[in-house]
Amino acid sequence: MNKLKKYASTRSGRDTLLSFGIVIVAFIVVQTLVLTGSLSSSMKGLLVPICSYIIMAVSLNLTVGILGELSLGHAGFMSVGAFAGIVVTTSLADTVPSGTVRLILAIIVGAICAAIAGVIVGVPVLRLKGDYLAIVTLAFGEIIKNIINVLYVGKDASGLHFSILEQKFELAEGGKMIINGPMGVSGVSKLSSFTAGFVLILITLFIILNLINSRAGRAIMSVRDNKIAADSIGISTTHYKLMAFVISAAFAGMAGALYAMNYSTITAAKFDFNTSILILVFVVLGGLGNIWGSIIAATLLTLLPELLRAVNTYRMLIYAILLIAMMLFNNSSLKQRLLEKRGMKQMRKLEQQEKGGA
Amino acid sequence: MSLLTHLINGISLGSIYAIIALGYTMVYGIAKMLNFAHGDVIMVGGYMCFCATTYLGWPPIAGVLLAVVVCTALGVVIERLAYKPLRMAPALAVLITAIGVSYFLQNAALLIWGSSTKSFSSVVTGDPIQLFGGQLTITRVTIVTIVACVVIMVALTLFTGKTKMGTAMRAVSEDKGAAQLMGINVNTTISLTFAIGSGLAAIAGVLLCSAYPTLLPTTGSMPGIKAFTAAVFGGIGSIPGALLGGILLGVIEIFAKAYISTQLSDAIVFAVLIIVLLVKPDGLLGKRVSEKV
Amino acid sequence: MKKSLSMLLAGMMLVGTLAGCGGNTASTDNAGSEDGSTASGAAFKIGGTSPLTGDAAIYGNAVKRGAEIAAEEINAKGGVQIELKFEDDENNTEKAVNAYNTLKDWGMQLSLGSVTSKPCEAISTDLNADRIFALTPSASSVATTEGKDNVFQMCFADPNQGTASAEYIADQKLGTKIAIIWKNDDVYSTGIHDKFVAEAEVKGLEIVSDTTFTDASATDFSVQLNDAKDKGADLVFLPMYYTPASLILTQANAMGYAPKFFGVDGMDGILTVENFDKSLAEGVMLLTPFNADATDDKTVAFVTKYKELYGEVPNQFAADAYDCVYAYAQALEAAEVTPDMSAEELCTAMIEQFTSMTFNGLTGENMTWDTTGAVSKSPKGMVIENGAYVGM
Repeated sequence: MNKLKKYASTRSGRDTLLSFGIVIVAFIVVQTLVLTGSLSSSMKGLLVPICSYIIMAVSLNLTVGILGELSLGHAGFMSVGAFAGIVVTTSLADTVPSGTVRLILAIIVGAICAAIAGVIVGVPVLRLKGDYLAIVTLAFGEIIKNIINVLYVGKDASGLHFSILEQKFELAEGGKMIINGPMGVSGVSKLSSFTAGFVLILITLFIILNLINSRAGRAIMSVRDNKIAADSIGISTTHYKLMAFVISAAFAGMAGALYAMNYSTITAAKFDFNTSILILVFVVLGGLGNIWGSIIAATLLTLLPELLRAVNTYRMLIYAILLIAMMLFNNSSLKQRLLEKRGMKQMRKLEQQEKGGA
Repeated sequence: MSLLTHLINGISLGSIYAIIALGYTMVYGIAKMLNFAHGDVIMVGGYMCFCATTYLGWPPIAGVLLAVVVCTALGVVIERLAYKPLRMAPALAVLITAIGVSYFLQNAALLIWGSSTKSFSSVVTGDPIQLFGGQLTITRVTIVTIVACVVIMVALTLFTGKTKMGTAMRAVSEDKGAAQLMGINVNTTISLTFAIGSGLAAIAGVLLCSAYPTLLPTTGSMPGIKAFTAAVFGGIGSIPGALLGGILLGVIEIFAKAYISTQLSDAIVFAVLIIVLLVKPDGLLGKRVSEKV
Repeated sequence: MKKSLSMLLAGMMLVGTLAGCGGNTASTDNAGSEDGSTASGAAFKIGGTSPLTGDAAIYGNAVKRGAEIAAEEINAKGGVQIELKFEDDENNTEKAVNAYNTLKDWGMQLSLGSVTSKPCEAISTDLNADRIFALTPSASSVATTEGKDNVFQMCFADPNQGTASAEYIADQKLGTKIAIIWKNDDVYSTGIHDKFVAEAEVKGLEIVSDTTFTDASATDFSVQLNDAKDKGADLVFLPMYYTPASLILTQANAMGYAPKFFGVDGMDGILTVENFDKSLAEGVMLLTPFNADATDDKTVAFVTKYKELYGEVPNQFAADAYDCVYAYAQALEAAEVTPDMSAEELCTAMIEQFTSMTFNGLTGENMTWDTTGAVSKSPKGMVIENGAYVGM
């Protein structure tokens, strides 16, 4: 217990405990609600998307918050993971009867494919800086969307068939189109569940928090804080940048696979610039580099438009106003003052304790 | 001849991107922020001019003026309410706020003007100009847009380079703190930048809708993103760069569609952008900023 | 410390929103009766998801309005009572599923599906699993109804439109060299395009130019039009909605290219675009089930009422939605069901009714449905003359 207390008193330790705490408590609360039947179906329907958005936000936080590079194309990796996952589950439907096994395979393959995409994108992109880097990630996001939009994948007895631009293959008797170009994917079996999402969040948190608090994580942060200083003490900046970027892409791929398996149909157009921006909003609102902040922001902002349904036509308008208000509050002097007040109180408490101790 | 036709069409599309990009780059250059709401200010400009000419029966020129006045005021108000409190905040916080403003404008427009498409009557009338015995046609909107682009570019360059206010802007863009110490009112200068940027957005909106005459609450968003790309392409913050970037982006888009594939044209445009940025990491005419230790 | 404070604040907001959610379920009933029509105690709860905001809002609002007019008329008659509720889906599959779940919480017994294809595909799987009967006014893709015995369509399925258009063009000898411009990030457009191309081959139509655009490039059509012009196309087929189509017509006019233009049901509404120069649409042909200029009593009454309420001419989406609600009223009456029955019981009754009944509406006479859920009605060939539709 003492050990835990000591761990919790360090900054990183507290953040880690907090992140896991939030997720586990939330899971228990939601599961109880589900079991007692007091959760409405609209809330139930939101559980899996929230899980995938949390993973997306945490993974993007690795690029934006920890590595310090603005990425506007994160949805592209989600897309790669989603479609790769769908190809896996659909093509294995006959050979692997267990849905859970197929989901796990889909998530793994989704992560691998997204990681490969991350390498392809990362190598050129990370040579750039600042807003130029941002626009190139935006460009890659659009390219991925555009290419998946003209991708045709089919499956028959002789295996998988791929073609681009038009369907150049003929499927044998009993074959099935998996990705049908612009028509996207239809009739996916829904395999995702809240439990799967929960486990995936735990894995994501475990790996990313461990990474941040490791030697590699400190190296990545040093690149963010001062690249030249990091260079001069012999840290291979390119290596660590790429590492953070690819890990971030892999988790986005996982989230994509989880997300896609929750809907019976999906198109490439879903993973567009607006989705990338949405994830970025989660990260910035939750605080750069603040993992549990991302978790809360993703949950809150996914719930918000749904909760505003009562106001109907003014829904998105109010959402926009709340978004601006939250950003202003987060950076306002009001918050500063509140924080200072609290800090003073804490300080006094500490002083008293010290006096008491002495 | 078809090559020339495509080139003209490319320049025509590009000049629209360029005029939007000029506003983007102006705000970025001085306030150092990506104003994602710029595209939606353009949409507001379009609607203003549409209302003036269609509902009130005003002449086109009065419509344009109304659009400019309203957008300028809108720009200043947005800056005061949403961006000014964030002057000391990290750049990303401002970026997200700008996105919030963009959502706000789109949804407000949806409530005010409804969801149905409106057809914009061009403010530039007259038959297209025929060249080479009718083999090549250039619409008048294209000519007006290109002329407007060049005039605005020259005016902005002169303004920032020669006038006192312009010098103040450049000073603010270099170093806000130092500028303040030299007696420059930083807040007024940034407000003025937004006023100019939004006024330009109104003109861009009118020209965009004149060339491609449909008006919807989402009209500004896609051209806005394209223009942002164009501004980066040319070197964000550089005024001639925005013009060059815009025109090149338009030409590349049309050529990609015409000679490679309409299905992949978006991907090709962005691929060219990536390649250019890898060769010239600060855009075509961008300033090379050396790293400080 | 700073962090824990902001966490506290965020936590408070979360609690606040969740508390708001508790109140939300109570308040939705009020909202429902506001935009629905008179909700007397015993009314059938019919819900639909539609894009009320975003770039497809134009179709979503038309459907909502058309359906509301019908519900009001039916309720006024005093027989079957209907309570309507629409939830916004922003033309997004994820939001559509959320909207559908919200409707389920409201107690929806019968569904109007979704307005657009992809969202409707997404929720139709759920509709099937939950055994809630659905009749979609306008989601036309095949995947919407495929494999679901309780999802029906009021509009033509996409392949039917593509095939019918090609047949029509070949039979009437409207053109020999065909150009197609279609939107390749849109299910509706792609679905029609693919079937059109297949049928054109059968009918010996020559497709000389086949070009696309996407959301990102839906402003400039000079390349597509030049390609069609250079290859000598005498008919341009436009399987798309009317907003891009109006741009294509304008740009073709500006470059002095005047082939025949042939559209599908999404083209309907082009004449209602505010301030649109109708002379540009002169001679445009389209296949549509609904004609706002028709002179029969039903159409005239509907169009007048719609104009009175919303100040614009209803398009085919509004008419399809109007028909959907009337079809429900007819089926509910014939099945002799009561509003206190469960969604599942209603579902069984409706499947039986819809596969056996014949319905006359604004968008067609003697409509019938087969077991796949596809409607059988004949499209009308229309041509625009002097700014109005004329039957061909």
